Amino acid sequence: MMNYFPDEVLEHVFDFITCHKDRNSVSLVCKSWHRIERYSRRRVFIGNCYSISPERLIARFPGVKSLTLKGKPHFADFNLVPYDWGGFVYPWIKVLAETGIGLEELRLKRMVVSDESLELISKTFVNFQSLVLVSCDGFSADGLAAIAANCRFLRELDLQENEVDDHRGHWLSCFPESCTSLVSLNFACLKGEVNLGALERLVSRSPNLKSLRLNRSVPLDTLQKLLMRAPQLVDLGIGSYVHDPSSEASNKLKHAIQRCKSIMSLSGFLEVAPRCMSAIYPICGNLTTLNLSYAPGIHGNKLTKLIQHCRKLQRLWILDCIGDKGLGVVASTCKELQELRVFPSDPFGAGNDAVTEEGLVLVSAGCPKLNSLLYFCQQMTNAALITVAKNCPNFIRFRLCILDPVRPDPVTNQPLDEGFGAIVQSCKRLKRLSLSGLLTDQVFLYIGMYAEQLEMLSIAFAADSDKGMLYVLNGCKKLRKLEIRDCPFGNAALLEDVGKYETMRSLWMSSCEVTLGGCKTVAEMMPSLNVEIINESDQTEFNLDDGQKVDKMYLYRTLVGHRKDAPESVWIL
Amino acid sequence: MSSENGKRLPETDAAGLNYEATELTLGLPGKSRVTSDGGARVGSKRGFSETVDLSLGEKKDSNKLGQTQTQSQIDAREAAKSPGSKAQVVGWPPVRGYAKRGKKSCKYVKVAVDGAPYLRKVDLDMYNTYQQLLTSLEDMFSCFTIRNFLNEKKMEQVNGIEYVPTYEDKDGDWMLVGDVPWQMFAESCKRIRLMKNTETAELAPRTPPKWSRRS
Repeated sequence: MMNYFPDEVLEHVFDFITCHKDRNSVSLVCKSWHRIERYSRRRVFIGNCYSISPERLIARFPGVKSLTLKGKPHFADFNLVPYDWGGFVYPWIKVLAETGIGLEELRLKRMVVSDESLELISKTFVNFQSLVLVSCDGFSADGLAAIAANCRFLRELDLQENEVDDHRGHWLSCFPESCTSLVSLNFACLKGEVNLGALERLVSRSPNLKSLRLNRSVPLDTLQKLLMRAPQLVDLGIGSYVHDPSSEASNKLKHAIQRCKSIMSLSGFLEVAPRCMSAIYPICGNLTTLNLSYAPGIHGNKLTKLIQHCRKLQRLWILDCIGDKGLGVVASTCKELQELRVFPSDPFGAGNDAVTEEGLVLVSAGCPKLNSLLYFCQQMTNAALITVAKNCPNFIRFRLCILDPVRPDPVTNQPLDEGFGAIVQSCKRLKRLSLSGLLTDQVFLYIGMYAEQLEMLSIAFAADSDKGMLYVLNGCKKLRKLEIRDCPFGNAALLEDVGKYETMRSLWMSSCEVTLGGCKTVAEMMPSLNVEIINESDQTEFNLDDGQKVDKMYLYRTLVGHRKDAPESVWIL
Repeated sequence: MSSENGKRLPETDAAGLNYEATELTLGLPGKSRVTSDGGARVGSKRGFSETVDLSLGEKKDSNKLGQTQTQSQIDAREAAKSPGSKAQVVGWPPVRGYAKRGKKSCKYVKVAVDGAPYLRKVDLDMYNTYQQLLTSLEDMFSCFTIRNFLNEKKMEQVNGIEYVPTYEDKDGDWMLVGDVPWQMFAESCKRIRLMKNTETAELAPRTPPKWSRRS
């Protein structure tokens, strides 16, 4: 029946479908739906920038306005990928510019973004509104200045955890007086100074500003002035928070903060004098998101007192100096908690018992809505994991990192197979899992059996044999990303079912037992995969014999064959 | 059921499995692990020496914009601080941005240049790479030329005097800038001195610092 509707009607119906997975499904129904969907698609998500080319993107979706691209593999975050591996955005911008696409929004993750790219964006796309860069590098304040100066309708400039060379250059003063459209400005990751006067004026003339995240260089008195000018803020990232609680500056700040009745998300405190935390208590009651993971200066009683004011918290990111007792306070205060991330404040410290399994058990008991966890800890027990699994069956993301990667259950000296097994059996909606601790093949048997919705799995220093990897590849039907390091998986596991890799986005294996010959076989059997060998040793010759173990292998499905921009250290088979 | 030793591991347990490999040592379990069914081992966890990146200087170098992935490279920085702690494994723990999280304050160090009437201060936290630091120092002391191993041939000597960048580390020793990964340097540097080349002429290394080998 739907086929007899005019295209405009179908298009109108499709407008209500925004999730890209759903739109992909819609496009598979029939030819006319495919046609209508592709012309009306505005937002495109590309999880691996090398899986498709910009030309083909535009050929299929000529009306694209918002593009999300991801570049380097996840393990690039931990320095396992050469800095020049790839993920350059410039070729994409160039093609989009040349074909007259009206790009409005660009969201990039782990890509190399040159100043040239930013300049081209700012000068080409007249209606450009939103730039979100996460974990990118390659640009400087000059590129930011171009965006500020030329994007007349800029609404969002969101820089998260990027490596930016901004110690020279003033970009913030490049926003023209006519720019009044800002909704979101996040420059917390920049290390350099900004023109404070320009910042104040910019905020003053941005009535729609809802999200403002400052960097370390913005002092307290500027913060106070900004808050006076933007009481409508919903999301605030504080730069420097150093003041004397009895001073005039502190009183002015308290007054300014109290006017901001809409703040629901708070982060930053990059420089902090913890005696002064009481000034922000008035807004804590409304907070749903609190990120103190960059504030090692707040700990002990000051931290727990702060958290006790935050009864509506749904997302909490903190450092492990909160301790198990502090997590107990979280458990008794934050009944709405959904996401918890506990980062290590001293990752390489010897025996700094910051948080253990006890803290996690307390939170699981007190916060039944918990569905997302990233937890760095000194130790974990099977009993604790089994308890957590019972208390919180709703986990979607469960990432546990025991700082000693092969530590067994310290109470029983057993591997943690049973504990993680309980997690995957109980949490039927689990999509992402990261394992650590002493683990045998058994845990992978459980994962293969129970983790039916699992999409991403990270494994390190685990398993005894190829069986481990095979259990996962055979069992997890929805697996999209698998990343493995330092496990005894070899060619037998790699080659068992090479067709499986075409159903996944990517596979990373480093410091495993796979050999060059095994990787070559995969490449030969599956032309739709790029199989990359990354070799960072000083050996520049790739005349390794097929029996040689491969240090790092990254393979991914692609429609456009071998990429042309790989550096010397990367060999595409 | 806890063992009587609390957190210490026994050599073996009742089931006869070999737990030597899981004994707490300074390194990761080596190759001598036996599977529970006693069958042939297909592979093993990597031995300690293979996993730990002992050649700490072999780090990715600056790209043309002077950017490197600086944070999270596991190096012996903390090992140097706390005696007896194990040497680090590359990329473990998997935490990004550690360098930013752990910082409690910015890191200003004095910079002295032989022959200059006053010293300057720089904040090492402002930089991610040696190249950025040297460029900044050159700006500050613009009449001098700092010996730059990276671009040795391209260096113009303005007044014929080259300076060698050195620094005093936590132990009080004067070191040549550039041998260790940036993060390690930033942590241990207490002050910087740009030495006149005539003083260091005999000491000039035949092997340039590792960070400058790749351009």
